[in-house]
Amino acid sequence: MVCETYFSGNSVVHRLDPRAKLVAAVAFSAVVATSYRTPVLIAALALAIALALAAGLPAGPLWRRLAAVNAFVLLAAALLPFSTPGAPLVWVGSVPYTVEGLVLGARIAAKTNAIVLVVTALLSTVEITRLGHAMSHLRLPSKLIHLMLMTVRYVDLLHHEYHRLATAMKVRGFRPRATLHTYRSLGNLVGMLLVRSFDRSQRIVAAMKCRGFNGRFYVLDHFRFAARDAVFAVLTVLVTAGLLVGEYAWPIR
Amino acid sequence: MADPLMELSGVHFAYDGASPVLAGADFRLDAGQRVAVVGPTGSGKTTLLHLMVGLLRPTAGTIRLFGRARHEESEFAEVRGRVGLLFQDAEDQLFCPTVAEDVAFGPLNQGKKRDEAVEIVRRTLASLGLSGYEDRVTYHLSGGEKRLVSLATVLAMEPEILLLDEPTTGLDERTVGRIVAILSHLPQAMVVISHQKDFLRQVTQTTVHLRDRRLTPGETGPAAP
Repeated sequence: MVCETYFSGNSVVHRLDPRAKLVAAVAFSAVVATSYRTPVLIAALALAIALALAAGLPAGPLWRRLAAVNAFVLLAAALLPFSTPGAPLVWVGSVPYTVEGLVLGARIAAKTNAIVLVVTALLSTVEITRLGHAMSHLRLPSKLIHLMLMTVRYVDLLHHEYHRLATAMKVRGFRPRATLHTYRSLGNLVGMLLVRSFDRSQRIVAAMKCRGFNGRFYVLDHFRFAARDAVFAVLTVLVTAGLLVGEYAWPIR
Repeated sequence: MADPLMELSGVHFAYDGASPVLAGADFRLDAGQRVAVVGPTGSGKTTLLHLMVGLLRPTAGTIRLFGRARHEESEFAEVRGRVGLLFQDAEDQLFCPTVAEDVAFGPLNQGKKRDEAVEIVRRTLASLGLSGYEDRVTYHLSGGEKRLVSLATVLAMEPEILLLDEPTTGLDERTVGRIVAILSHLPQAMVVISHQKDFLRQVTQTTVHLRDRRLTPGETGPAAP
């Protein structure tokens, strides 16, 4: 159910070492998020689109993801010209609608879309458990990793439990309406889910204890850093360095 | 007569603020013995197994495991690997992303090296007819596969006692047959909870009834719940 839309492909991007992809995604996002110059942002967006194409991401889910993100971006971009000082394009009543605001909105849109595309192309194409292992090899805090992996492991189960309860309500004639009865019943449903989750967490802890859990998790998986990963790493360094030079060291604006 | 592997004497237990589940339960398990525990739903069979591994502590009475009375968590922790508990719900037992990791979890906790653990995983899965399941994602397995992998996670620790909490509930006949075949070839002493008479008849030798908060031995011979 969860997060499994993208990793079924078999492109070059899918086959890269998850550790390299994770580092590249973080580096690219950090550089793009702090960039301001328009040519740099256009270059970043172009690179991101190229990477998404190389990964062969499924169009439908990708458009839906981008639409969800851009709904927020468009709202911000539409309102920014009111609050950004600059040359007025039109006057709405006595408030100027500025060109500078529109440019700023476009920059934010470019930045956001570039980052979403790169993160989708690089991270959504890694199976979530392998991503966890990559994080572990990169020495990220193990609590964070296991919180993520446990969530992935059990969110599906909770989803099923919710559906079982909801179905049980439905077959007894429950229809959600704007009534007190509806709110009380939904409250019971959520309460029951919480109680069940708590009970389950206790049972899982018991099961872990039975198998000698002492607070440490071990990772079995080991990754092999192949030649294509080296190429990808070099490309990542060149691209991020190029974007940084464009942002901070290029003489003309 | 040799020392029993496990002995419960005069065990009392009650959950906080609830009426007692066990009041003066006695039980003895010898090496190689296979005991069925039967009783109505809610009579405390699962509680009994959880007491046996120290997940719950008796309010009175003693539990002896491998020749020593065990009271503290540390005393139980010492023998956790030697008493394997198969949980009623496999979803609770399988919490690692992949089958291999889940099976390796116990051995790694026991201090096995990575290579040894990988070898144990391979051997255990093969012995249960699950070769090739190593990289399967646990939450994508079918109900029967989940149960078999859960059994693998317990067996990987090479326990001397197996506590099985309704190992066949909700499984189809073929999978039940597979579990019967596996269990009858295992050397471990077992305590088995089940409501399925046929299954108990095939894997256990004696029956103990849990009724009126005590354990009373049933007739010897095949289990007759």
